[in-house]
Amino acid sequence: MGSKLDNNQAIDMKTLRRLLGFVLPFWPEVLLSTLLGALTIGASISLMSTSAYLISMAALHPSIAAISVAVVGVRFFGISRGVFRYLERLAAHSLTFKVLARLRVWFYQAIEPLAPARLTASRSGDLLNRIISDVETLDNLYVRVLAPPLVAVIVILSMAVFMSSFSPWLGLILAAFLLAIGAGLTALSLGLNHKPGQMLTNERALLRAELVDVVQGLPDLAAFGQAKTWLSKVKAASERLGNVQTRMARLSGIQSGLNSLLVGLGVWVLLMVSIPMVTNGALNGVYLAVIVLGAMASFEAVQNLPQAAQLLEANLQSARRLFEIADSAPAVLEPSTPLARPATANLCVQNLSFAYETGLVLDGISFDLPPGKKMAIVGPSGAGKSTIANLLMRFWEFKQGDILLDGQDIRAYTPVDARRMFSLVSQGTYLFNASLSENLRLARASATPEEIESACQQAKLHDFVNTLPKGYETLVGERGVQFSGGERQRVAIARALLKDAPLFIFDEPTANLDASTERRLVETLQRVVKDKSVLWITHRLVGLEEMDEILVMDSGRIVERGTHAGLLAQQGLYWKLWGLQFF
Amino acid sequence: MFSRRLLNFARSSGIALTLTILLGWIGGVLTILQAWYLASIVNAVFLKGATLNALWLPLGILLAVVAGKALSIWGAEVSANAVAQRVKSDLRGRLLEHLTALGPAFTQGERTGELATAAVEGVEALDAYFSQYLPQLVLAASIPLTILILIFPIDILTGAVFLLTAPLVPFFMIMIGRNAEALTGRQFASLSRLSAHFYDVLQGLTTLKALGQAKSQAKVIADVSERYRDMTLQVLRITFLSALALELLTTLSTAIVAVEIGIRLLYGQMEFLPAFFILVVAPDFYLPLRQLGLKYHAGMSGSSAAKRIFTILDTPLPAHARINTTQQPQPLAVPANPLRFEINFEKITYQYPERDTPALREVSFQIKPGQITALVGASGAGKSTIASLLLRFIDPAAGLIRVDGQPLATFPVEWWRSQVAWVPQNPYLFNDSLAANLRLANPDASETELITACQQAGLMDFIASLPRGFESVIGERGARLSGGQAQRLALARAFLKNANFLLLDEPTSSLDPGLEAELRGSVQNLLRGRTALVIAHRLSTVYQAGQILVLENGRVIETGQHAALVARGGLYAALVGTRGGQTNGVEIG
Repeated sequence: MGSKLDNNQAIDMKTLRRLLGFVLPFWPEVLLSTLLGALTIGASISLMSTSAYLISMAALHPSIAAISVAVVGVRFFGISRGVFRYLERLAAHSLTFKVLARLRVWFYQAIEPLAPARLTASRSGDLLNRIISDVETLDNLYVRVLAPPLVAVIVILSMAVFMSSFSPWLGLILAAFLLAIGAGLTALSLGLNHKPGQMLTNERALLRAELVDVVQGLPDLAAFGQAKTWLSKVKAASERLGNVQTRMARLSGIQSGLNSLLVGLGVWVLLMVSIPMVTNGALNGVYLAVIVLGAMASFEAVQNLPQAAQLLEANLQSARRLFEIADSAPAVLEPSTPLARPATANLCVQNLSFAYETGLVLDGISFDLPPGKKMAIVGPSGAGKSTIANLLMRFWEFKQGDILLDGQDIRAYTPVDARRMFSLVSQGTYLFNASLSENLRLARASATPEEIESACQQAKLHDFVNTLPKGYETLVGERGVQFSGGERQRVAIARALLKDAPLFIFDEPTANLDASTERRLVETLQRVVKDKSVLWITHRLVGLEEMDEILVMDSGRIVERGTHAGLLAQQGLYWKLWGLQFF
Repeated sequence: MFSRRLLNFARSSGIALTLTILLGWIGGVLTILQAWYLASIVNAVFLKGATLNALWLPLGILLAVVAGKALSIWGAEVSANAVAQRVKSDLRGRLLEHLTALGPAFTQGERTGELATAAVEGVEALDAYFSQYLPQLVLAASIPLTILILIFPIDILTGAVFLLTAPLVPFFMIMIGRNAEALTGRQFASLSRLSAHFYDVLQGLTTLKALGQAKSQAKVIADVSERYRDMTLQVLRITFLSALALELLTTLSTAIVAVEIGIRLLYGQMEFLPAFFILVVAPDFYLPLRQLGLKYHAGMSGSSAAKRIFTILDTPLPAHARINTTQQPQPLAVPANPLRFEINFEKITYQYPERDTPALREVSFQIKPGQITALVGASGAGKSTIASLLLRFIDPAAGLIRVDGQPLATFPVEWWRSQVAWVPQNPYLFNDSLAANLRLANPDASETELITACQQAGLMDFIASLPRGFESVIGERGARLSGGQAQRLALARAFLKNANFLLLDEPTSSLDPGLEAELRGSVQNLLRGRTALVIAHRLSTVYQAGQILVLENGRVIETGQHAALVARGGLYAALVGTRGGQTNGVEIG
């Protein structure tokens, strides 16, 4: 994504403007913390200049009154730097959190209509990780990227004015050296680091890939006696990374050296210009020390700019990717004047066809599922079965054929209303990092503890919950690790029961379970839907004897339909699949 | 923060570390010289009325000092990188060799990601430790000391102020560090909790949508963010205080010195030149100490990364991988005659380190030459443990495995593995060309041999359809292979290896019936004329097995052929009965 743009070093103004849109609403805070940042550096410049003035004056042995103001000034600036810095950090962090919240909420609202269709287009885990790390990159937008140049501009301008009060030349020279570091060296470092920086990212990713290969593929490598060969590949990758790092270290050494050189040179040139001025009386000698120390202190303002520029680039790249995702069109359109909620889940699918970008997956599917009917859709993996569930749930938009819900086109309802009619148990049950009861209440916010318990009893989860330290208040660990696959599916069943929609859709609910867990789960599933209508999608032919109708799909078409016994008697695809069952 | 063991690694960098520190110190000395010449030039102009013409020499020296300082900074960075590179390459090499020696039994499972992270990011975290933190640690002591030695003869009072405040800087730094640990700990925790929540919501978005809760989450995200902002700022208000104290310490002591020397100057107790020199050099006195504080984090994360790496390096190797072991029961020897593969498990017990119960309990059975032995049982019954033992990824805790009467442990591991063709359920696909992935089984295989093996495995049509044929890159970063194609690749590897003993882990996922039939043909080819142990999931496989071993909870509870086991009505009959073929008169195979 956006790789075409990566080589373009010119700052992407469009993205920058859009990104600034998240910061600008907080302009009073931006102003305050920028000002505090400038005052912090101003305090140390003033400390050094006032001290220089104090000592120079004292060297002329005037009365103590002549230096008493300077003494107060030195003490004041000695204290104020720390205080300004403290206030600045608080203000900047408060601002950062506000910007962050705004960004996240905006991005969530932008991405919500896209899920899951637009987010599974590529490898979903990858995309999601990318999004998270991109959002996290933007965390330092103000503190590290925007604040340094803003502060630098204020300090450079103030120093130019201050130095000009001695001589315009001095103001010009100092401003020129500050800019030479702040703009020149920054641009140089951006230009020089651009290519090795990309190489560094690549080589690091390559090393990681080689390493993951060795660690994960070690059984294969060991079994074939190839571990040593592969190890040398990793070492080569590690060496290549080292070479790029060495190249970058040389560049960064040059930058640090140049930085120090420019600071020293700047002070030297200021001396060269001011010495004759002192000689010919244009400048009072007392101020020579002030100019030297004040100038030296002012270079602090431009030290963070190269880093800021590099982070700016990273921020813009992240923002560009996020905006690209957020701008993609939603998969499912909301009707402009939706119908009222459907009253029943009477479902009628007529001649439904559907294609992903990779090709046709549904080809003229028709079936009726009136209330109370139990129907299964089976077939080899990749036959298009789960697509039917995705279309019913309005996760994807379809163009050919009809889905009638309660006698009306399903697209005429809002997607939210259509989903109300279905309780879905799929293979990818997600457990949130919250308590179990919160996870269950997602299905019905108003559920009482008794209702939750009864749902869990039906889902055969209650006994397990009782073994947990805090029962229903137990926190489901990071991504639900404490729950086995079977237990997670039981949570999904309990959720489905709590939601209590008229039609239950099971989309491969046992796909990732072992045989004995599967058998027990199927028993539970069959029991909970005893008096309900159900659409059961599966490629594992377990427990289908009770179905009113079974549709057998192959390559997007329905090739056989009937009951379990009838299909076995036909000795067709269903019978073949049945023979392939494993244990 | 400061580990002797970690320091030992710095030795591998040879002279580079010394050079880095030396260059850093030279940079410090040049800074002092710069201050001195600045002070004397200002002194000459301001008080002695010197003109530019009289000052060419000091101005020229000042310029040279500025240039020299720039050079030493450049040199120190380049040489610091050399230190880091050598240490990292040394450590990564050791880590990798230890990992491979530990073998698959150690690296598999949940640990995979953690190990890769230790070897990439963990080792990289040591970069800053060696190139920044360690040199700075020395400089933070040596440069202020150098300045003190110069200052004391000039002005005892200033020297005293410096001497008294200097130890306070590291003190506050450590306080800040400790606080920061708690703070970055806490701030980081709250920031990462914030991201974790956000991540959680994004991950579960489909579930939220299915449950009709997706729209309301935007407000939750806003609320959570606001709550964390409040909480974090309250903590920050206190933790930033120690940073405030540090700023105060260094700027105030500069201010105190300035006022103190200013007043003594006023009363003629001091000259302008030393006074101004002290003022110029004062910030440079505190700078190395403050920089150490900035690098504290590099030091911390480096040493905690090192801890994780050392934990891995300290994991003892399994017996057969130890080179200098004295406990080796018999010398390793390759048998004189080709193996017949009569394999006996004699009361084998094995328990995984993190488990409470043994995976295998006193398991005994025999694999007969030229026969197919099928292993059957629920997941966790011990089937894969038997395979791991046969591949010598693990060694039995008790009992003996004999091959043709010889204890398995007396064969060199690498040689034994070269005798076994292993077909795993999910072969690992390396980020490399198809050819490289196949040649894993036989590095010297010619292209003709690759083609033959792929034809036997039924993979050739697929390879021919790829634009780059055998050179196509597969794996995570290349083209994805379907489950069926991956299994064929594993079969092709086995054909290429052409070993006489076959260890086959049948796929559990049911495939397309057409593909399944083709795959079965390839497996039949492979089984012909070989001794095989098959972890079986298909009735078609168990039908033809000369012997079926039924495992439950780490024990072999039934042994025999299909018909006899079905007739017996035990676990096997139950397993087969509820599933698949059954008695519907379905022909299989």
